[in-house]
Amino acid sequence: MADVVGSVPGNAPLLDVRNLRIEFPTRRGTLLAVDDVSFDIAAGEVLGVVGESGAGKSLTGNAIIGLLEPPGRIADGEIRLEGRRIDNLPYEEMRKVRGAQVGAIFQDPLTSLNPLYSVGRQLVETIQTHLPMSAGQARTRAIDLLKEVGIPGAEQRIDHYPHQFSGGMRQRVVIALALCAGPRLIVADEPTTALDVSIQAQVIALLKRLCRDHGTAVMLVTHDMGVIAETADRVAVMYAGRIAEIGPVREVIKQARHPYTEGLMGSIPSLGHRTERLTQIDGTMPRLTEIPQGCAFNPRCRHRGRRCLVERPDLMPAGAGRAACWLHDPKGVGGAVTGELVDA
Amino acid sequence: MPDGGGKPFVQIEGLKRHFDVSPPWLVRLLEGSGRQIVQAVDGIDIDIAKGETFSLVGESGCGKSTVARLVVGLYAPTAGRIAFDGSDIALRRGRAHDAALRRRLQMIFQDPYASLNPRWRVFDIIAEPIRAFGLAAGKADLEKQVGDLLRQVRLTPADGRKYPHEFSGGQRQRISIARALASRPEFLVCDEPTSALDVSVQAQILNLMMDLQRRFGLTYLFISHNLAVVYHISTRVGVMYLGRLVEQAPTDTLFGRPKHPYTRMLLDTIPDLDMTGRRRVPVAGEVPSPIDPPSGCSFHPRCPFANERCTVERPQLLPVEGGAVACHAIEEGRLAIEQRSYANSR
Repeated sequence: MADVVGSVPGNAPLLDVRNLRIEFPTRRGTLLAVDDVSFDIAAGEVLGVVGESGAGKSLTGNAIIGLLEPPGRIADGEIRLEGRRIDNLPYEEMRKVRGAQVGAIFQDPLTSLNPLYSVGRQLVETIQTHLPMSAGQARTRAIDLLKEVGIPGAEQRIDHYPHQFSGGMRQRVVIALALCAGPRLIVADEPTTALDVSIQAQVIALLKRLCRDHGTAVMLVTHDMGVIAETADRVAVMYAGRIAEIGPVREVIKQARHPYTEGLMGSIPSLGHRTERLTQIDGTMPRLTEIPQGCAFNPRCRHRGRRCLVERPDLMPAGAGRAACWLHDPKGVGGAVTGELVDA
Repeated sequence: MPDGGGKPFVQIEGLKRHFDVSPPWLVRLLEGSGRQIVQAVDGIDIDIAKGETFSLVGESGCGKSTVARLVVGLYAPTAGRIAFDGSDIALRRGRAHDAALRRRLQMIFQDPYASLNPRWRVFDIIAEPIRAFGLAAGKADLEKQVGDLLRQVRLTPADGRKYPHEFSGGQRQRISIARALASRPEFLVCDEPTSALDVSVQAQILNLMMDLQRRFGLTYLFISHNLAVVYHISTRVGVMYLGRLVEQAPTDTLFGRPKHPYTRMLLDTIPDLDMTGRRRVPVAGEVPSPIDPPSGCSFHPRCPFANERCTVERPQLLPVEGGAVACHAIEEGRLAIEQRSYANSR
């Protein structure tokens, strides 16, 4: 990929994250929360990022929109949007990128709206910040946006305050806010987690439609595999700050290549098959202070070999995607390991 | 399905709980507004047999957690009665009798971060019910019992010396389960016990709960909004909407031949992980406010099969195919019952 800032080769990805490392300096030493994460998103593509709490998925999303909470900081790597580096921009510059080129949707729609301003005022303010529009034009656009995200009676609702909307409607307003300046990429962090299932389906359908109509790319961060299965084109599975597996969504769900993904899929109760017991991965994800040597998953892995205890696997081709597991290396996992796996 | 021809183990009859959410008296007087009553639970009947898992599902605000709290006696019912093994739990019959009853029913809460006292060691958290009900003969026995409980939930007796913050969410939920089991209960009310947990941890907890049920013959009332979890763990399922039970049936019947339009809608919204190409149908509308529920059948504003009768007359729960459903369209035969299958392709 060309390294010239500002020039976008035709086949370059919209978002390109390379060797991203996020660390937290603490009194007891520096914690590495995201370790060497690389992925890209093409225009119009939905990339799902899944993982358990603490896997580093939200941090990665926050790093992209430049909203890492201190003391967290990007220690290494780069993030490029349409070929332009955005991870080292000064605050004011980043403010212009955020909103104009990258939109954000957060989990809780009530906390991402200002309760003291009407939604119209918040929309108009955002539109005028990023687009050269008069107040009247901005208001018309705000009404159009509210209509587009499916809020009935948009002309009246625009003057209502966030508390007058239900949870599902509020999340629609947040989506409208993210769309204000027509961004190329939306980072959606658990956009449906706080919503009921029936509302969840509505919001997912809306996100998909907007994506198709505008060619907006979405980075969808969630722990809900069902949402990913329906929405994403590709999915990245994160474990202990690293990507364990990345590939086309169908492939990852039906034919997981990483033992962790396999266990994760098996542990989701499904309507298709009722079993006596759910597949369970014993143990829990290691804390950041106690990430084991070698493959971070090795204490819980049934396929582990001696190599997994000492050597950390990077992403390597596996099926239609890539997985960070020595099982897919020609040299394999090494000899058998004696000793028990961790217990729950 | 009563146990051995006798009474059901837990019997809930005409249970109601209303909450007064009116503004203060002076405000009401000045604004000329009336009282506002939330009918959180508005007349439900449930029988639970010994050793089974009865699940209540529904969206937020439908009253399922209120039912859980009523059943363990955290709320007093506005009307109706809850009988546990033949005796009414709302009736006060002296301390000793009440305590004996309470020992036999325990609750597991949703949030394992908020339901454990952060200043107590795990040992004391689990020992409290044993001490309170006087179930231990001396210190050595108490230590042995707590150690056994910790082992049963796959922790170690050494974990008893730690504080709750030293554990992950899943481990904390194991501690809650150990505490609930400490008084050797027969009936456990579980209010969304896995909703705050990651899926892989959820699988561990569900497996543990099913193991414990087999081992101790426990009866569960399981509250959840996750239909896939409910399908996995339940013997029978009740579907709640706006404080009422709209359908109840044995699990396979409910998922295989759902009858009430709301049940069907809920089933349609389950994400299709098996990638069978089944489309998730987004349903229009949201749960109305329980302060001012719609007339007639409370689901009629969202129901594609509603007619005039549905808007005026409230449907009763009538027995159908081993279960019961409250729907005029089903009763009149306007709405056909369809067989559903969820492809087992994964």
